[in-house]
Amino acid sequence: MSVRGEASAPAVSVRARGWGWRHGGRRHPAVRDLDLAIGPGERVLLLGASGAGKSTLLHGLAGVLGGDDEGETLGELLLDGRHPAAARGRAGLVLQDPDAQVVMARVGDDVAFGLENLGVARDEIWPRVRAALDAVGLNLPLDHATAELSGGQRQRLALAGVLAMRPGLILLDEPTANLDPDGVREVRDAVGAVAVATGATLIVVEHRVSTWLPVVDRVVVLGAAGGVLADGPPEQVLSERADDLRAAGVWLPHDVPWRAPESTAGTRHPLLEASHLDIGRVAGVAVQRGVDLRVDAGRVLAIVGPNGVGKSTLALTLAGLLPPQDGRLAASDLVARGLRSEPWRWRSRELLTRIGTVFQSPEHQFVAGSVRAELEVGPRALKLGEAERRARVDELLEALRLEHLAGANPFTLSGGEKRRLSVATAIATRPRLLVLDEPTFGQDASTWRELAKLLVGLRDDGVALVAVTHDEVFVDAISDERFELRVQAADASTSAPSAGARRGARR
Amino acid sequence: MSIASIRPGLPLARVNPVAKVAATVPLSIVLILTLDVVSASVAIVCEILVFTLVGLGGLLWSPRTLPVWIAAPLTGVSMVLYGAPSGAVLWEFGLIHVTEGSVQIGLATTARVIAIALPAVVLFLTIDPTDLADGLAQTLRLPARFVLGALAALRLVGSSIDDWRTLHLARRARGIADRGVLRRSLGQAFAMLVLSIRRGGTLATAMEARGFGADTERTWARAAHFGRVEWIVIVVGCVVAAVSATVAVTTGSWNVVWS
Repeated sequence: MSVRGEASAPAVSVRARGWGWRHGGRRHPAVRDLDLAIGPGERVLLLGASGAGKSTLLHGLAGVLGGDDEGETLGELLLDGRHPAAARGRAGLVLQDPDAQVVMARVGDDVAFGLENLGVARDEIWPRVRAALDAVGLNLPLDHATAELSGGQRQRLALAGVLAMRPGLILLDEPTANLDPDGVREVRDAVGAVAVATGATLIVVEHRVSTWLPVVDRVVVLGAAGGVLADGPPEQVLSERADDLRAAGVWLPHDVPWRAPESTAGTRHPLLEASHLDIGRVAGVAVQRGVDLRVDAGRVLAIVGPNGVGKSTLALTLAGLLPPQDGRLAASDLVARGLRSEPWRWRSRELLTRIGTVFQSPEHQFVAGSVRAELEVGPRALKLGEAERRARVDELLEALRLEHLAGANPFTLSGGEKRRLSVATAIATRPRLLVLDEPTFGQDASTWRELAKLLVGLRDDGVALVAVTHDEVFVDAISDERFELRVQAADASTSAPSAGARRGARR
Repeated sequence: MSIASIRPGLPLARVNPVAKVAATVPLSIVLILTLDVVSASVAIVCEILVFTLVGLGGLLWSPRTLPVWIAAPLTGVSMVLYGAPSGAVLWEFGLIHVTEGSVQIGLATTARVIAIALPAVVLFLTIDPTDLADGLAQTLRLPARFVLGALAALRLVGSSIDDWRTLHLARRARGIADRGVLRRSLGQAFAMLVLSIRRGGTLATAMEARGFGADTERTWARAAHFGRVEWIVIVVGCVVAAVSATVAVTTGSWNVVWS
């Protein structure tokens, strides 16, 4: 397990003096006036409102911000007194997206990739690869396929790739934002073990503070307007500056940003009923068999379960996008309104006013060049008149605080804004049922609260909501019902719904 | 899903891919030079013999080589129907002249396509992309940045396939999937291009953060061997080419295309 001794590199110190960075083509700097000193071996949790430039700082420290053609540097940023680009290999960076940073097809080769680039001799590479994989607890054969790893395993692989390079500084940019709770714990524990074993300086960016408190010994908060807002030992910063932190969207331990009032829907109005449903994306290969489920108007149904169990497939099937493989899926007349009862047989345009879908990754559903045009896509497909279209879009822009972005390209929005926009595009056509896949992924406390209020508002208007989620707080504080999908043995019987999520979900 | 398969557990899988590609070159040259049934048929017999001997017989007759067996006769038929007429006319219909000469050319073309494509397909199925990259960069000394960049891009093809499916469902959900196929596919293709560029950008950052593209001389964790086995593979390729040419010349059917 130990990578220390002759193996470890001396920890790096970080110094920023009036540092800032402005992306080419942007008017305002992403970071400005930053003065910060981090000593060798310190473990820092870096917090701040979205847009405060946390990622930019990490990229700057990793030396991957690019040259003068990509942006403008202000002040100076030094690793052990040297420019980050000159100190390449001293800092290792792990990014948020587990899929986008696997370079090679085999586990061993992927870890070796960085060592090859550093010019390490072949005899030395493989022992270092094995030691790094051991350190992050990935006990897999070196020729195991990286494509077969889970999200948590991929993040640990990325960490091993960085670790093998023996960096004096480890930079983690929201390494657990896209993982399920098990994956989060896996990665956090691996980082903790690595930090102890190597003694390297550690800087983590993450919204959810409680995950990282056991690992870090210092908290630094960046201000939205530049500079450092707060800095010190975790307990002190979190207790003394709690209100500032909450205002910046930081998710403090044990906080629930907002709790939904109980649903007022008295009598149940079933909108969609599934019985003995077999679901799958590939013909003939069912991921779940015999699903029994009911979706009621005016209630939020959370679908939970481990990664790979078929939650997203179930959501897409309920949304009328994938045909079921067997069994029955029927929409009641409240939804079908004259069409036949099977949603997957409806035309694309007929779905709009009946069932809306919000995909896990908002980018997948953007089809227009501006926020306003994006919101008009649905109403246009419904052939609504100009005035009606404009009224609906303006109302949504205002309700979701996207007015100032009406002309912006959807792809340039922040994560929270993209999510709000993707929900807005689905509700612009006023569907009776809304299906959401991981609506709260990667949201900070403020955007989480806004989103939750929006969804509960829809619920109280009588819309039925189905949300696939890993987010335990969402299940606990927002959903009215909880449906758990379990891993099925070849022909095992079905999963069980449990009503009253608020009482059942707590662990 | 991923198309960058891990080294398949097949015979010849551990041979340097550069040698496997090189071995097919001499025969291809011979078969491009001459247009006759004999040389190509001899080559096919040799190929079947060699692949069966090294234990690739299963792959040879598997559905994965089926496209070759289907495409080759189709090319042949078009030569029979539309090839330059010569010799006795067997059948005529409008532009179609089936003559003794065109039937010969048709048969020769069919055999040629099989003889060239069969070893290419079978050998390619034994190649792991990572090994190919190692071979290209270490054996042929192609620039590492280019080779590894292409290898990393290949890995993204798998996620692009998933993207395409999801984009299709997303468009149905947005109410715009009832449009004509052409318009829908164009829009979807553009969306996928945007997603791919973004993914590629992130991967490039991750690679750069791990020292890729720095000025340091790069080392290789895996050695691309080029030894006896590789030379034997190339020699076998040369022998097959030589045998095919010799038999064709001795039987008098050698027929250089430009003569």
